[in-house]
Amino acid sequence: MAGAIDWLTADSPASRLQARAVRIWAIGGALMRNPLAALGIAIVLVLIVTAAFAPWIAPYPPIGQDLGNRLLPPSAMHWMGTDELGRDIFSRVVYGARITLLIVILVAVIAAPVGLIVGAVSGYFGGWIDRVLMGLTDMFLSMPKLILALAFVAALGPGIENAIIAIAITAWPPYARIARAETLTFRNSEFIDAVRLQGASSGRIIVRHVLPLCVSSTIVRVTLDMAGIILIAAGLGFLGLGAQPPLPEWGAMISRGRSFILDQWWVATMPGFAIIVVSLGFCFLGDGLRDVLDPKQGGKS
Amino acid sequence: MTAIGLRDLTIGYGGDPVVHGVTLDIAEGESFALVGESGSGKSTVLKAIAGLAPDWSGAITVLGQARGHRPDRNFARVCQMVFQDPYGSLHPRKTVDDTLAEPLAIHGIGEHADRVVDMLAAVGLDRRFRFRFPHQLSGGQRQRVAIARALMLEPKVLLLDEPTSALDVSVQAEILNLLKRLRRERNLTYLMVTHNLHVVAFMCERLAVMRHGRIVETADVDRLRQGTFDNAYSRELYAASGGAGAPIAAAG
Repeated sequence: MAGAIDWLTADSPASRLQARAVRIWAIGGALMRNPLAALGIAIVLVLIVTAAFAPWIAPYPPIGQDLGNRLLPPSAMHWMGTDELGRDIFSRVVYGARITLLIVILVAVIAAPVGLIVGAVSGYFGGWIDRVLMGLTDMFLSMPKLILALAFVAALGPGIENAIIAIAITAWPPYARIARAETLTFRNSEFIDAVRLQGASSGRIIVRHVLPLCVSSTIVRVTLDMAGIILIAAGLGFLGLGAQPPLPEWGAMISRGRSFILDQWWVATMPGFAIIVVSLGFCFLGDGLRDVLDPKQGGKS
Repeated sequence: MTAIGLRDLTIGYGGDPVVHGVTLDIAEGESFALVGESGSGKSTVLKAIAGLAPDWSGAITVLGQARGHRPDRNFARVCQMVFQDPYGSLHPRKTVDDTLAEPLAIHGIGEHADRVVDMLAAVGLDRRFRFRFPHQLSGGQRQRVAIARALMLEPKVLLLDEPTSALDVSVQAEILNLLKRLRRERNLTYLMVTHNLHVVAFMCERLAVMRHGRIVETADVDRLRQGTFDNAYSRELYAASGGAGAPIAAAG
């Protein structure tokens, strides 16, 4: 064990693998020393574990109806009560973690690279390429996210896949803006000139030298945006344009619970809690990552 | 043979030219200095030769090859540049190993690990620095990495843009001695920009004095040592730097 720690904190690593491991270990250590970030990591880990092991964690099937037991308050049998069709809300919240995680990951995987590449290309080349790409970005930025997502879903038809596409389409412009701003700060720096002199193509410079410097701020921003993405997905679900019944999507569950909110408060409240906790978890993690990864501090640590 | 030939070179940055009609011939194996005060256009000449200041007219030849206006792959293997600021010329997120292997990867040269280790030894860096990041190195160590990077493609001509001005005096001497040894071992041609006449006296055989974007005088380094310049401005520059008799860099 001590040997492994020595290996991970070595001052002069002996191989590329070790150099990378040392860096990841240092970032992880810095994150764990920040209590809010550690809490964020814990929440996100719980979300991931819940999603992965939903069938083993949930005591009841998420869509099995039991009309004899409808609208029961929280009890030892049903930890979060049951909804208007007698379904166990805890089980539905647990399965809902899968949908939330799916939305968050897919949006991040689609929107972040698109934003990064658009921003880096725009900032690196400048000139008319910059004007065209940034004009496009501004057009998307000028419309409210939820309204734009609504329009896309309305055009594409309701459903979880279309909701993901719609959110991804509306989520990339801020990443493009950040990546462009970062790229502008070092496009004329000497380390970029040096690779240019070595004969590297523009594509290689952008991918290998520009993007790595933009990635950390984008990771931070994406993590902080996760909360917003979850909320937009829930909002679309609430409006009936996201996940369709009987999928246990948290926003849709709140929407169904709205009719009973005065007499059976738990139906809408429990998925609401889940949304709040997960959103907070991503926010804490994002804040912690910003402290650790921020290029202005990361270089000195 | 001429290593670097400049014919009537006029350079601008989009607007009015900042360098006017520079003509120079630097022989192969020679170490040549461009001196002058800040803003005299000496670094701009270097950038134009490297391809980083594309807005020029006239002709640039390097080892008989005419130079285009942009950096290109073939030229990269002939001529490389060492930048002034070792804090800004290394990618902050890449290890020494990544930085040195990158030119090999660009040119499809194999045996990265061996070549990197050899080059570290050649520039006097211990191999334990191989996987360090630039922020874990001192200024002198960084400049050694920058020199190593410039030499990875085994160029014959090295452009040096004030390679020691950002360093401590004691470290300057080490880097100058390293550059001198590398030139001897690899038969390199140096074109060095500096405002430090002591460095010129230590490193170079000939120099050109620049002022307001023009060369006012080209002289042998003996003239510099004796302080017998023809041009009034050159003598002024010599007086302002307190002569160049005692080469400070010889120590270390």
